[in-house]
Amino acid sequence: MASEQQIQKQKQYEQYVKEITPAHSLPLNMAKAFLTGGIICVLGQFILNFAKSQGASQDMAGSWCSLILILLSVILTGLNLYPKIGKFGGAGALVPITGFANSVAASAIEFKAEGQVFGIGCKIFTIAGPVILYGITSAWILGLIYYILKIIGVIA
Amino acid sequence: MNLQKIRGAASIAFSQPVFVESAASIAGKKEGEGPLGNDFDMICEDPMFGTDTWEAAESTLQKEAAVLAIGKAGLKPDEIRMAFAGDLLAQSIASSFGIAEMGIPFYGLFGACSTMGESLSLGAMAAAAGYGEHILCATSSHFASAEKEFRYPLGYGNQRPLSATWTVTGSGACVIGIKPPSFPSKGDAMPLRQGNSCAAITEITTGKIVDFGFRDSLNMGACMAPAACDTIYQHLFDFGRSPSDYDAIITGDLGMVGQKILLDLLSEKNIDISKVHQDCGLLIFDNKTQDTHSGGSGCGCAATVLCAHLLPKIIAGDWKRILFVPTGAMLSKVSFNEGDPVAGIAQAVVIEQVTVS
Repeated sequence: MASEQQIQKQKQYEQYVKEITPAHSLPLNMAKAFLTGGIICVLGQFILNFAKSQGASQDMAGSWCSLILILLSVILTGLNLYPKIGKFGGAGALVPITGFANSVAASAIEFKAEGQVFGIGCKIFTIAGPVILYGITSAWILGLIYYILKIIGVIA
Repeated sequence: MNLQKIRGAASIAFSQPVFVESAASIAGKKEGEGPLGNDFDMICEDPMFGTDTWEAAESTLQKEAAVLAIGKAGLKPDEIRMAFAGDLLAQSIASSFGIAEMGIPFYGLFGACSTMGESLSLGAMAAAAGYGEHILCATSSHFASAEKEFRYPLGYGNQRPLSATWTVTGSGACVIGIKPPSFPSKGDAMPLRQGNSCAAITEITTGKIVDFGFRDSLNMGACMAPAACDTIYQHLFDFGRSPSDYDAIITGDLGMVGQKILLDLLSEKNIDISKVHQDCGLLIFDNKTQDTHSGGSGCGCAATVLCAHLLPKIIAGDWKRILFVPTGAMLSKVSFNEGDPVAGIAQAVVIEQVTVS
């Protein structure tokens, strides 16, 4: 077990490394993320409005919007362009549905060589898996809270 | 036990020099565009090296470097007594699959990015002990197979921190032995010799695993610098020398961040190597224009820089004695996920210019 002195030394080293390691500029990265994420969302809004103008219902237009954004992201991943967008935009490219699609497509391409079952099958959700698992879990918990609040009459 | 050969706590001084008979390096496209682009024996534009998978690409890369080194020594694969080789992939598959085809008795090594130092150390010990006339030491790394092994799929869009290093796609191979290389004469042979000047391994210091409890695997320099400091300090202590006894002290892949830490840690021990220190990771890429952040890394980094840049400088007489210290970060995906710190190791090899008659 590490003694207190050792832990102290570790912390000192971590602090020292942090001081001398250059870091990306946070405001600049945030601006880039805002721009990238914003462009993706504007594109989504455009698809949504267009679908509605063609007579689709709100739900149907939403589905078209998601599907087209996913398709675009997968194609850009295949063309090796999405990593460049991700490198520039950071979370702005990662958080929208396009980032999710990118993580799935990138894994599928990378692990294809290991076979359909053990490669693509097992590893396609290597990055997206935690998002799916904890996304569904938190949705379930929120749903439960919503249900309880509804029963006791807090929410109409 | 021959006590004359053992120095200090962790070092060996070979009673006769172990010559580097030949050295070969093959690098990828990005490395070819770097400052050492003209020094590599071969640059392969195809990152797949004509294969279907990244792992096979790295195997091919290492095999080609080995074939080239053996050919440059004027030898055939069956004249190589044994090979010490390693890489970064799990269970060192790039080396075992690469060298397998050549039918050379094989020892597979894992020393992370320090593997070139490990293979040269073990190879030199075997050669000096008379266990083989010609011994092959080779390592490789490949950007894509390393990313896949340790990080994310290549197509995944993410941002690398500025402390991150860029894994070198490349392989370096040396044939070593106790007989000095002959003059370049027969056929394609290009032994490592310029006139009567040769390069030879004369001493080694075996590194310890040094753990500072640091956990950021995207700051490899900070993980490995304490190990480099430990090995360099031990080496100087074991031989009673100072940094000025070396024309250059060259670490493997500390990068910008690691170099700064190494110099600071050594200066705490009142040792100043700033005048003679270089780092292979900083030599192989131009960080400013090549977007490699802290520098190059990987087994192939130290290996290709040694074969393409350092050894030629030694036989040309630019340097009389250098300390080559490849550094490795000891981690696996599992150890990292389970919250273990990333420890470092560094293997020191002294390479000197030796004049033969």
